[in-house]
Amino acid sequence: MTFFSNIWRNEKSREIIVQIIVLFFLGWFISWLVMNVNANFEALGKDISFEFLFIPAGYDINQYLIDYDSRDSHLRAGIVGLLNTGLVAFFGIILATVLGIALGIIRLSKNWLASKIAYWYVEFTRNVPILLHILLWHGIIINTLPHPRKAISLGEVTFLSNRGFYIPKPLTESGIELVYLFLVIAIIFSTLFAKYCKRKQDLTGIQYPVFWINFSVIFFLPLIAFFLSGMPISLEIPALKGFNFRGGMHMSPELAALTFALGIYTAAFIAEIVRAGILAIDKGQREAAESIGLKPSKVMNLVILPQARRVIIPPLTSQYLNLTKNSSLAIAIGYMDLVATLGGISLNQTGREMETMLIVMLIYLSVSLSISALMNWYNSKVKLVGR
Amino acid sequence: MSEKTYKPGNYPDLPPPPGTVGVYGWIKQNLFSSISNSLLTIISVVLLYYLIDGIIGWFFLNAVFDAESKIACRKINDGACWAVITRRVGQFVYGFYPEAERWRIDITFLTMFIAFAPLLYPDIPKRKWLLYFSLFYPFFAFVLIMGGYFGLQKIEYSLFGGFMLTVILGVCGIVCSLPLGILLALGRQSNLTVVRTLSVCFIEFMRGVPLITLLFVASSMLNYFLPPGTNFSILVRVIIMFTFFSAAYIAEVIRGGIQAIPKGQYEAADALGMNYWQKTRFITLPQALKISIPGIVNTFIGLYKDTTLVVVIGLLDPLGIGRAALADTKWNGLSTETYLFVALFFFVSCFAMSRYSLWLENKLNTDKK
Repeated sequence: MTFFSNIWRNEKSREIIVQIIVLFFLGWFISWLVMNVNANFEALGKDISFEFLFIPAGYDINQYLIDYDSRDSHLRAGIVGLLNTGLVAFFGIILATVLGIALGIIRLSKNWLASKIAYWYVEFTRNVPILLHILLWHGIIINTLPHPRKAISLGEVTFLSNRGFYIPKPLTESGIELVYLFLVIAIIFSTLFAKYCKRKQDLTGIQYPVFWINFSVIFFLPLIAFFLSGMPISLEIPALKGFNFRGGMHMSPELAALTFALGIYTAAFIAEIVRAGILAIDKGQREAAESIGLKPSKVMNLVILPQARRVIIPPLTSQYLNLTKNSSLAIAIGYMDLVATLGGISLNQTGREMETMLIVMLIYLSVSLSISALMNWYNSKVKLVGR
Repeated sequence: MSEKTYKPGNYPDLPPPPGTVGVYGWIKQNLFSSISNSLLTIISVVLLYYLIDGIIGWFFLNAVFDAESKIACRKINDGACWAVITRRVGQFVYGFYPEAERWRIDITFLTMFIAFAPLLYPDIPKRKWLLYFSLFYPFFAFVLIMGGYFGLQKIEYSLFGGFMLTVILGVCGIVCSLPLGILLALGRQSNLTVVRTLSVCFIEFMRGVPLITLLFVASSMLNYFLPPGTNFSILVRVIIMFTFFSAAYIAEVIRGGIQAIPKGQYEAADALGMNYWQKTRFITLPQALKISIPGIVNTFIGLYKDTTLVVVIGLLDPLGIGRAALADTKWNGLSTETYLFVALFFFVSCFAMSRYSLWLENKLNTDKK
């Protein structure tokens, strides 16, 4: 008996015993699950196979970035859905970032009224579920915007209606290559110029207005090329034909509602992150910067923001990730994203719950795991080196 | 300026310069301190004016509170048509719970506050006795809501809906996910490789996939993993998924709290000869939980808001009831009114939760100067 009690009292061997017991139960649990799945599948006459991915999907998707029609395979439908997820996440992230940063800064402004407005925006928005935001915006677009014939027109080029938004579409003609070429040259020049100015400043202390010079180079050089080559870009303006608009770019009510809802909701969280990030900077940093005579914009750009960035970026990325995951709620308003195509209609048509959900989950999982891996790498890179 | 002279030690207190105190000073300092600031104030005032003007007109002045249908509403006035809510308010609150039995929900809801009071407010008088009630409350609530005992009529799960369903899902999820989250956080910090790996896999999986896919799993696939013939209510399956999902997030919050504890605390505990569980119970958790309260409450608020997702798998939470109302030809197109009403409910409950968390944070903040 003493042998066993000695084993139990020794920390090392006890740890091993506990782990073996845990492993044993885990193995038992997994085999129990597998057995159940086998028994259930046998009773239903089902099997696990991914061949369904290659048979024609047989349903239409109203919004696609790559060519798709109902004769294409389920796999292609899934890819179209994935791209649609990417599309709405992209628009949503842009809207959320711009709005969120603006709100976060207004929230810290000395102006009492503006700061209170931003505060109540944040509180009202983030305390209401995202699904409600999506349905509310979708309802507003569908129910309160006018019919295309009476569409709200913004300068006769952009039209808002209950069938979606119609935006002018840029069309490129021959000669556009020159514009692209000049753009590339401008970018290369401005990178080199920025490097040169940095070195010059390090050596002599002389500062050039780098930002304005580079900005005008990148903006005006392609513009000159644009006029030289005979204006090769034209706008296709949507026009009312019959009951609906033709031409231009069409943003469906679903895409618009989803973008607004995701952007506005996530902006509230980003505003709080930005505010917390700026407040996290020690007061002494600002005072020191002011006392050596930097003007307010320099204090912000050279002292506060570089330090705040370290605090802001990790939670900001996780908000982007949340936004992307929340875009899966698109299914509630019928926007065809990954969950609605592969995990929705394909699932219902083929009856392969196990396989479709597995693929959908793995895709989301790999996206979020790779982004968190990237974040860990970034964190370790910018971490303050402690004593 | 008066030219009066004073003897040393005999100066009267002069009033502060005009324009720095009082209403005028406050306005000058906070609204018009510089040109850009004044501009911002003017823009804000204009914005607020249009917003408030529009809101008051649409919400109240031009609104119709009772009518037969949307068309009848529009005949009376062109503001909001709240009739879609007032005519169905019972459904929004209780779902399809039988009307004669709704008092059971009312009692359960009111007693919930008594049951939670000793947990939420540590200084409440007679806390010990109330805690016994809190322990007994889950059984009490279960029997009262479900029925089937003591002569109470048995109510099917499928009749649950409305705000009552939100509160049931939210409270069950919150109560179950905290202990699981603590265990997962401890598992992730454990020395045992197997336990740590398991916790990490579970947490990362739950955090990596959207909740809606987990709900699909609960509604369509969970039966495959159980012995043939097992069948339990969709409500329970959904609660299990909510619990797993939010436990993973809570685990990460608490892990942050555990990692923030200075190493000296553990070394001191080791020096006292405490074993693992003593160390966890008396040293780690009290400090880690205190630090992570804001994060935990935020996760709870997230869970509470996420309960709306059940509408996608066909449960009738307030959104489901709202959509059913909108599908009725009488109320077709009144989505703004319906969703704003539901939004108000969520705003009130979530805002209350976040205020409570602020209060608790201040109360537990022992290292205040």
